[in-house]
Amino acid sequence: MIPDSRFGPYGGRYVPETLIPALDELSAAYAQARDDRSFQAELDGLLADYAGRPTPVFHARRLSELVGATVLLKREDLCHTGAHKINNVLGQVLLAVRMGKRRVIAETGAGQHGVATATACALFGLECVVYMGAEDVVRQELNVVRMRLLGATVNTVESGTRTLKDAMNEALRDWVTNVRSTHYVIGSVAGPAPYPAMVRDFQAVIGREAREQVLGRYGRLPDEVIACVGGGSNALGIFHAFLDDDVRLTGVEAAGEGLESGRHGASLTLGRPGILHGSRSYVLQDEWGQIAAAHSVSAGLDYPGVGPEHAALKDSGRVTYEAASDDEALRAFVSLAELEGLLPALESAHAIAYVLRAARPESSGRATQPTAGAAVRFSAGDLLLVNLSGRGDKDVHVVADLLGVDR
Amino acid sequence: MPYITGGFPDMDTCAAVIEAAIGAGADVVELGVPFSDPVADGPVVQASSHAALQAGVTPDDVLALAARFAGRVPFVLLAYANTVAAYGLERFARRAVASGVEGLVVPDLPVDEAGGLAAVAAGAGLSLVPMATPTSTDARLDMVAAAATSFIYCVAVTGVTGARAHLGGELPGLVARLRRRTATPLVAGFGISTPGQAAEVAAVADGVIIGSALIARVAEAVAGAATATAVAEERAPAGRVATAAGSARADAADGVAERARAGARAAAELLGGIDAALRQTAEGATT
Repeated sequence: MIPDSRFGPYGGRYVPETLIPALDELSAAYAQARDDRSFQAELDGLLADYAGRPTPVFHARRLSELVGATVLLKREDLCHTGAHKINNVLGQVLLAVRMGKRRVIAETGAGQHGVATATACALFGLECVVYMGAEDVVRQELNVVRMRLLGATVNTVESGTRTLKDAMNEALRDWVTNVRSTHYVIGSVAGPAPYPAMVRDFQAVIGREAREQVLGRYGRLPDEVIACVGGGSNALGIFHAFLDDDVRLTGVEAAGEGLESGRHGASLTLGRPGILHGSRSYVLQDEWGQIAAAHSVSAGLDYPGVGPEHAALKDSGRVTYEAASDDEALRAFVSLAELEGLLPALESAHAIAYVLRAARPESSGRATQPTAGAAVRFSAGDLLLVNLSGRGDKDVHVVADLLGVDR
Repeated sequence: MPYITGGFPDMDTCAAVIEAAIGAGADVVELGVPFSDPVADGPVVQASSHAALQAGVTPDDVLALAARFAGRVPFVLLAYANTVAAYGLERFARRAVASGVEGLVVPDLPVDEAGGLAAVAAGAGLSLVPMATPTSTDARLDMVAAAATSFIYCVAVTGVTGARAHLGGELPGLVARLRRRTATPLVAGFGISTPGQAAEVAAVADGVIIGSALIARVAEAVAGAATATAVAEERAPAGRVATAAGSARADAADGVAERARAGARAAAELLGGIDAALRQTAEGATT
């Protein structure tokens, strides 16, 4: 069966005609692989032995005490390369090998997807070219070095906003030019069909594992599942197993310097439907349809679009979308470090920030400063599952600079 | 068929370039609506779009530019899907037709996504021009041929817009595959920059689109004119009457006029050469 190409009025394939045959080829290859036991066995083997799955679910006790509910963290930060991105990349690179494509390209914002792609290409001996915005090259320097050490070519993108949006434009232009030899590994549930459905399927392992783990340990499902949303792959990855359950699902976008500041990445909260990077979804744009510059302290959420399935889930009301500011994310980063000994990626810190809105005012310390967003109250017995989608090593110098921590 | 980004490098120069293009024998003028994220375009068109947007050019400005020449030359508009979607399909089609636009190319709207817009455009009397590429399968060329109502935009290379030393030889095969399916005129664009390449393309296709090469020449000429004006002002500041504001306004007007003249000259030179090469090819074909 050909993967979904539409999610209600969203999705589609709004790309130059040159790419359509490659998308058809990819859809067919993916449909075949999905039903092929040997492909699944190979992928499962890599996820287990190479990426380190299944990742654990960790009961964050001190954080739980602070917010008055049981907080469980799905530890995607423990995946090889440091984030959930590897789940999708291993699937797509296996497909590239099946399709006989020896050259792989990718866009990257925070650099996590770029590192994961460079890693998988090294593993399979494929040529790898990663496009990264000039601004992100500076703020995620560590990941640039990692990609180069893994043998990838990192092309700095100087056009437009010099962030993830423009990296994706440039990757699409490369693909239009080299489509016959090249597979484009899109890193999120965005882009033209079949990417949104295919990437979701590769990431859905997160939610499948977590659902079993929570059921096994607590004998019931969580009350709420929480994840950050940039393009939205870690969120859909963990939400998908719970869509048919009586479980609240909350996506947390980047409110940047504040929703009213105009400098944010909250496409679902403040955008309107439009067409960007091959699909119709919610987009930050002006009255003429020019794509607006997004902003977030986290490069991975600094994106003016969002995957089309999220647009449909917003419209249906099945998922609630909130937004956390740069300041809240920074405070959450510090809180998780101090409370649990975990440095979250700044992206994932947005999901933690939402949970921290329920922090008890009577407790003291840095973690309980007032927040910009509406207060959140959990019931004492609430079981919260948060996707800790990546680790924050890549962000330590950004955080240190912003917080004035001694080097 | 020249392509120029609407409002690049400024509205007056753009109008002068269109005037020059008509003078140089353009049968149709393709006007681009600047978009923030033009994924089908190479560096030259990207830079021109960016510059036009920085100068505040809107889709309405581009339509107004077409309207200035209405009746003198048919216009084809190139707009990205989100530009048309944000404007409203019906409103966009209606206003385009009212401004003398006959065709619309949407480079990120492949034929199987274009049904809705095609119907709306047809209702307004606007022809949605489908694109065919060297990678298009036969089944897709069938769809393109069936959808075409005026001409088919044949993408001459596998890639984005922009000059290339060699076209790579993919166009003749594409044209031959389309000819077996349709009598609709085939116009080729992407990568064609010199009179020699134009002649090579005209030997197989019915029309040739020159975009990046034209924009690059105009940009270069305008930059040259700006430098010349600045140098002249530096050399003779004492000779100027000191009623500052009026003089500055006059200088600014002189500057714009000089840019427009330089842009038009460059366009006329390039397009004149290409037109001559195309005429030669046509004569060669008939004799």
